[in-house]
Amino acid sequence: MTEFLQHVVNGLSLGTIYALIALGYTMVYGVLKLINFAHGDVYMVGAFAGYYVATALDVERSPSLAKALVVFVGSMAVCGALGFVVERFAYRPLRNRPRLASLITAIGVSFLLEFGFQLPSLRSQAESLESALFGFGLRLPDFLHRLALALPDSFPPGPTPRFFPEPFERVDWTVLGGVHVSNYDVVSLGVAFAFMVGLQLIVYRTKFGTAMRAVSFDARTAGLMGIPVGRVISGTFVLGSVLAAVAALLVAGSRPRIDPIMGLMPGLKAFVAAVFGGIGSVPGAMVGGLVLGFSEEMVAGYTVSSFRDGIAFAMLILVLLIRPEGLFGRVTVEKV
Amino acid sequence: MGTARLLLRAVLPFLVALPLLVLVQAVSPLDWAIVLVAMGVNVILAVSLNVVNGFTGQFSIGHAAFMAVGAYTAALVTTGFRGLEIGFLPAGVVEALVFAAALVAGMATASVAGLVVGIPSLRLRGDYLAIVTLGFGEIIRVVIENTRVLGQATGISGLPPMTNIVWTGMGVVATVLMARRLLLSTQGRALLAIREDEVAAEAMGIDTVGWKVRAFVISAAFAGLAGGLLVHKILLVTPRMFTFVKSMEVVVMVVLGGMGSITGSVVAATVLTLALEWLRGLEQYRMVIYSLLLIVLMLTRPSGLFGTKEVWDTLPRWLGGRRAEGGAP
Repeated sequence: MTEFLQHVVNGLSLGTIYALIALGYTMVYGVLKLINFAHGDVYMVGAFAGYYVATALDVERSPSLAKALVVFVGSMAVCGALGFVVERFAYRPLRNRPRLASLITAIGVSFLLEFGFQLPSLRSQAESLESALFGFGLRLPDFLHRLALALPDSFPPGPTPRFFPEPFERVDWTVLGGVHVSNYDVVSLGVAFAFMVGLQLIVYRTKFGTAMRAVSFDARTAGLMGIPVGRVISGTFVLGSVLAAVAALLVAGSRPRIDPIMGLMPGLKAFVAAVFGGIGSVPGAMVGGLVLGFSEEMVAGYTVSSFRDGIAFAMLILVLLIRPEGLFGRVTVEKV
Repeated sequence: MGTARLLLRAVLPFLVALPLLVLVQAVSPLDWAIVLVAMGVNVILAVSLNVVNGFTGQFSIGHAAFMAVGAYTAALVTTGFRGLEIGFLPAGVVEALVFAAALVAGMATASVAGLVVGIPSLRLRGDYLAIVTLGFGEIIRVVIENTRVLGQATGISGLPPMTNIVWTGMGVVATVLMARRLLLSTQGRALLAIREDEVAAEAMGIDTVGWKVRAFVISAAFAGLAGGLLVHKILLVTPRMFTFVKSMEVVVMVVLGGMGSITGSVVAATVLTLALEWLRGLEQYRMVIYSLLLIVLMLTRPSGLFGTKEVWDTLPRWLGGRRAEGGAP
């Protein structure tokens, strides 16, 4: 029984993470009918943005709650900006083109982020360029040389994993006769649910949310009714990216290893969660994320743990075969 | 057309290509051979992916997984039947027969893998396919890494050095011929109809799911052929050769050449292979360049270099250009 409860706790904290990422997929799909392939990588950027802010604030040596808050806000701001920029420059020019074009661009953006972050740092790139030029007998002018030395030497981070500093001390509690719960779990669950409730309020109680739902229902008609479709789509991207940043930081709290391809698997799995819940449906993404988290945790706990990564794909195939529109999805009939 | 002419049309390209390839094999120095084989393998990959991504208008990004299935099957066959003797036949002939059988076996298992992936994912619209194929590609790699018979992460080494320019060239001829004749056939028109408008195609009585799955299976089979050829040149097969970086490379070739253009794929695969060979020092920038290339291409020239046309449609008339109205059928 305690083992089961432990799995429930773990599944819950994993599931809320998937749910937060899945929300970004589902909202963007709702307004743009595009699978934002780069969403998993926005999640990765969120983790690194938090890492850089935390390093700048020296969280490792003097952790505090205020700094943790700054890390959160900073990372959310960076991801929001990234979501805005990606939408503005990569997706918006393609909005009226065939969907395949934006899908390919999305894949391009995703790999650009993944592999761009694996490059050596800007300063060492500049240095190797300088030494290559020196080999040809060329010397950089002095101001360029000084500029090269001013470039950051830890960005991009390169392929080796980094470790996220702990923003506050970890406390483990044992409750109900043997279930381990840490304060990180509690905070993570609380924050995740707070953000989900907040999102629910935004989507169903605010003017922006109404506009978003209108665009999702029929973008053309919404535009004719005077809704600024472009701005709503931008806002949706920002919102989704901010949620991805939140998810990344919550994960980094309990699993501090971060690397440039950390977004690939969670991104794929959260996409499965979104499809399971019915892509385009906000409550569907939350339920889908929780179901996926629970099933992964149960399968890993009671059978072979290396099956864990296979669950998501087994689930995807089942959904696609049995109920392709997902749990909460509307059945859409394609018309000419 | 009589049966004899039909047969001749199918066999003639091979009969023409064989002596030419033997000649190239004889005159080319050793260090060219590896580049030429790599080029041929990439051409096979790009043209076969074009059947799904170009002709049918779907979007698969897990081509390397089928390549892996074909490569491992072929490797198991050639290592399993090493030193086989068949009566009076000389050893060289037996080796060639075993290799041919290995390649065919690789194509067969790869097409089965294509069927398994294709049936659930192709029932839905194209954008699911991209993520499902990416996921399956990773899953197949993970399965290989955990299977003892397949050598886990170290793979299988010591394969017989069978692949040369002749084998690869024949593979290229077979692939291009398959693609060309598929495109011009009734079946190919069904694929094109799906690409242009799936709803209309269905209304015209085309079994859209069925044709999509068939295109996927054909494409997977030839990816398996490419895998079998490649590993018998490198003499080693490891799961790390078939990551999504490889799949991406093929996607870039198809998109760059123009989705739907066979010659476009051939040209793009050749140029990219050569470019990679020259730019070895920039290895770490490879994927960054690929992804930038994809984004910039989609923003500026989404149809790729040749669109759905073939090279000869775009040549000026004084060079023998045909300038077909509206491009290839």
